[in-house]
Order: sequence, then structure tokens, then C-alpha cells
Amino acid sequence: MIPWFAGLATLFALAGLYVSFAIAPTDFQQGEAYRIIFVHVPAAWMSMFIYIIMAAWAGLGLALNARLSAMMAQALAPTGAIFTLLALVTGSLWGKPMWGAWWVWDARLTSELILLFLYIGFMALQSSIDDPRRADRAGALLALVGVVNVPIIYFSVKWWNTLHQGSTINMGAAPKMVATMLIGMLFLALAFWMYTIAVSLMRVRCIMLERERHAEWVQALSGVKS
Amino acid sequence: MQWASWTAFFHMGGYAFYVWFSFGFTALCLALEVLSVRKRRQQALHLSRLLAQD
Repeated sequence: MIPWFAGLATLFALAGLYVSFAIAPTDFQQGEAYRIIFVHVPAAWMSMFIYIIMAAWAGLGLALNARLSAMMAQALAPTGAIFTLLALVTGSLWGKPMWGAWWVWDARLTSELILLFLYIGFMALQSSIDDPRRADRAGALLALVGVVNVPIIYFSVKWWNTLHQGSTINMGAAPKMVATMLIGMLFLALAFWMYTIAVSLMRVRCIMLERERHAEWVQALSGVKS
Repeated sequence: MQWASWTAFFHMGGYAFYVWFSFGFTALCLALEVLSVRKRRQQALHLSRLLAQD
């Protein structure tokens, strides 16, 4: 299953990059610098989606005492943190030429930074508790409490006067941008989705191997036996 | 095609540093993540192998 998602991620990424650089027109206001959004917006979407999915897995693990759910949450956290970092870094690279500042304490930017701290806190908390089951429960609580931050990020541009612009793509309304720009963004978003699935499945396999080291099925694996 | 030449493409209308840094940094982060997960898998398999030998 992992090679399939990895292959799809590569295909979508190539298509997305082609549309972003070869087809999408130059923005009349921002020149070529706007092309950063092709990676910035999908990364920012992923940072929020992954958090919600991670919290859902963690909550499921907590409610049903399911070990695999907790492992999925643990496998998603580093990828989510990376996409949050990418959203912040690419946003800052866009902000410098457009706003004239690498960083401002704007509601959108600040709440996204808090998301990064939540991911890091989740990972640090999990790794600081030796007993994996207790670590899962503590991490799940943190992840669930942190969910409150996701709507704050999403609606921050509506609730407060932010320097960060409002969303151009809204559910239920026609996007206020050229179709090719939207397509490029969607392709890269799909690429990031497929990438996330592939890499988190890879990571959950590692976590299972590490945790179940003494189990018979691990000892019977062909890669272990040889 | 939007570009008159490859030079114009790499120049990105004067925003080359910002645009290429964004895409390059993204590619670098994702590549490093894949490499680190692969390494982690090798280590996990290696440790399980050591246990199996005992």
C-alpha cells in the first residue's frame, strides 16, 4: 500500500509543480512571488487536517483503549509538525517581499505557531513517559485539548483584523482566483495528502516494530529471521 | 508557457530567492523525513534481529 501512495504523491507533485510554474499566469499585483502560495496554502491546510486526524486517532485510542489508534496518532505528529513548520517558513518567505516583514504577531500567524508548539509538546510528552500506554493517554489528552486551536486558526482571519489575508477559497462560494492557480494548489494539496498517508504508514510500522519487539509475529518476520 | 527563457524562469521576476527557497526548503524537509523514517525502520529491524538471536 505504501508504494501506491508514494507513487501517487510523486505524480500529483509533478502535475502540481508543472501547473504552478508552467501554466499558472503571473499575478498582476504580486508578480512571481505569489507562486509561493502553491506550497504555502497546501502545507497550511495539511497542518490543520493532520492535527484533527491525529487528535481523532488519539481520542479513539483513549476511548476504546485501542493501541493501534494511539500508534497512528503518534505516527502522524512529526509529519504534522513538519507541515506546520513549512507553512510558517514559506509564509514568512512570502511576507518579507509582500508585507516587508518576516514575521508579525498577527492572529493567524500566532495561532499557527501555537499549533507547532502543540505538535512538539505532544511528541515531547509521549517520549518523556516510559510506559507506552501511559504515554498514549497523556498524549491523547494534550492532543484533544489542543483541538480548540484549529478553529481559532481557521477563523482567525474573520474574527480579528489580521494582516494575513482572508481565505480565497471558501466552501459554498466560487473561488476568487484563476482556475489554473486553483488547480495547481489542489494538485499539490493532493500530493501532500498522499505523502502524509505513505510516510505515516511507514512510521506506524516502525512504531509497531519497536513496541512489539518481543512479540512472536515480529520474531517471525522474514526481515528479522534472516 | 509563461516564460521567455530559462533565465527568466530562474529569475522569477526578481523574487528568485523567496520562491526557490520556499520550494527547496519544502523538498528538503520532506526528503529528510523519508530518510529518517527509513533509518528508523532499519534500526527497529536490526534490534528485533538481535533479540531473535538470543
